[in-house]
Amino acid sequence: MLSWIWVVFLALSFVCGALTGRLAAVTAAMAEGAGQAVTLLISITGLMCFWSGVMEIISRSGLAAAVARLLRPVLRPLFGAASRDGQAMEAVSANVTANLLGLSNASTPIGLRAAQRLYAVCGGRGAPDAVLTLVTLNSASIQLIPSTVAAVRASLGAAAPFDIMPAVWGASVVSVLVVILAGRLLRPLFPEKRVENGRT
Amino acid sequence: MNGLSSALVPLLLAAAGVYALYNHVDVFPAFLTGAKEGLHTAIGILPTMVGMLTAVYMLRASGCIDLLGQVLAPLLARLGIPEECAALVLLKPVSGGGGLALGSEVMRQAGPDSYAGRVAAVMLGASETSIYTISLYCSHVGLRRTRYALPAALLGDLAAFTASAFFVRLLF
Repeated sequence: MLSWIWVVFLALSFVCGALTGRLAAVTAAMAEGAGQAVTLLISITGLMCFWSGVMEIISRSGLAAAVARLLRPVLRPLFGAASRDGQAMEAVSANVTANLLGLSNASTPIGLRAAQRLYAVCGGRGAPDAVLTLVTLNSASIQLIPSTVAAVRASLGAAAPFDIMPAVWGASVVSVLVVILAGRLLRPLFPEKRVENGRT
Repeated sequence: MNGLSSALVPLLLAAAGVYALYNHVDVFPAFLTGAKEGLHTAIGILPTMVGMLTAVYMLRASGCIDLLGQVLAPLLARLGIPEECAALVLLKPVSGGGGLALGSEVMRQAGPDSYAGRVAAVMLGASETSIYTISLYCSHVGLRRTRYALPAALLGDLAAFTASAFFVRLLF
């Protein structure tokens, strides 16, 4: 998918550039963009490293596990019958906690494990609601401290790089609610197929 | 609200350190392990950033991004999303590195504390690479159909983007 998008970008650059007579600028932009990518990354690497270090401290201190325990009863109603499986819910709450704390290296492997467990608990066929709930939950962002974005803002000279946090929280909460609600409301429109008897 | 967010980060750092010491964590080596991981992450996204930011720069130089902004402007205006963020709305659900590259560019051009710059930052912070996430999870588990996952996730993205603009207007 990304391959398609990237090629479309390059092709559009050429076509639009040719139509507007700006091909020289497009060529110059190639060198500028490649350089700028490295500049940007170097300027945010420091804060990315620092924050990742702090997050390691938090996860080793047992705080992440404590948050996960608190979250489990909150998450249970979203997963229906599958929430009776302790192992699945443990993985689900660990995944949500990792997302909240921005432990990006940890959240995806745990999330994939949780999805697999939920799938097995739901009979291992079709597209069970519990798995889709986890997937859509992961498609929304619930990160408490948007450290990478703050690093970019800091590198560009923002007065208070972290001052966007309340707005990020507000928008995150809205999007998570919409994702959960949309999942519920759209369910009847996308029914789960009945047992597949080898045919179809 | 502003006081809250500027107090929260130092407070969190101090509290995390004290709590970890209290729980007998060897804090600094733990920090170093995490920081090393952060460095790996940063190095890991560099190729994506180079590929996407270069393409975005070329696209912008060709006039294509402005054109896209103008085409989508009436629709985005109804949601309160600034024209500068038009391309970001389309790219972020597909590519995290691409979204970061494009969003950073909006912040740099419009200024990090401008309206468009702030909306771009909040959009990046409040949304995930939803389409990528769905395809990753579903292919890992082996789902052949994803039913309502994609429409629900895209509605969530739209809500995140609209709410980003709304909260920036509300709070700044």
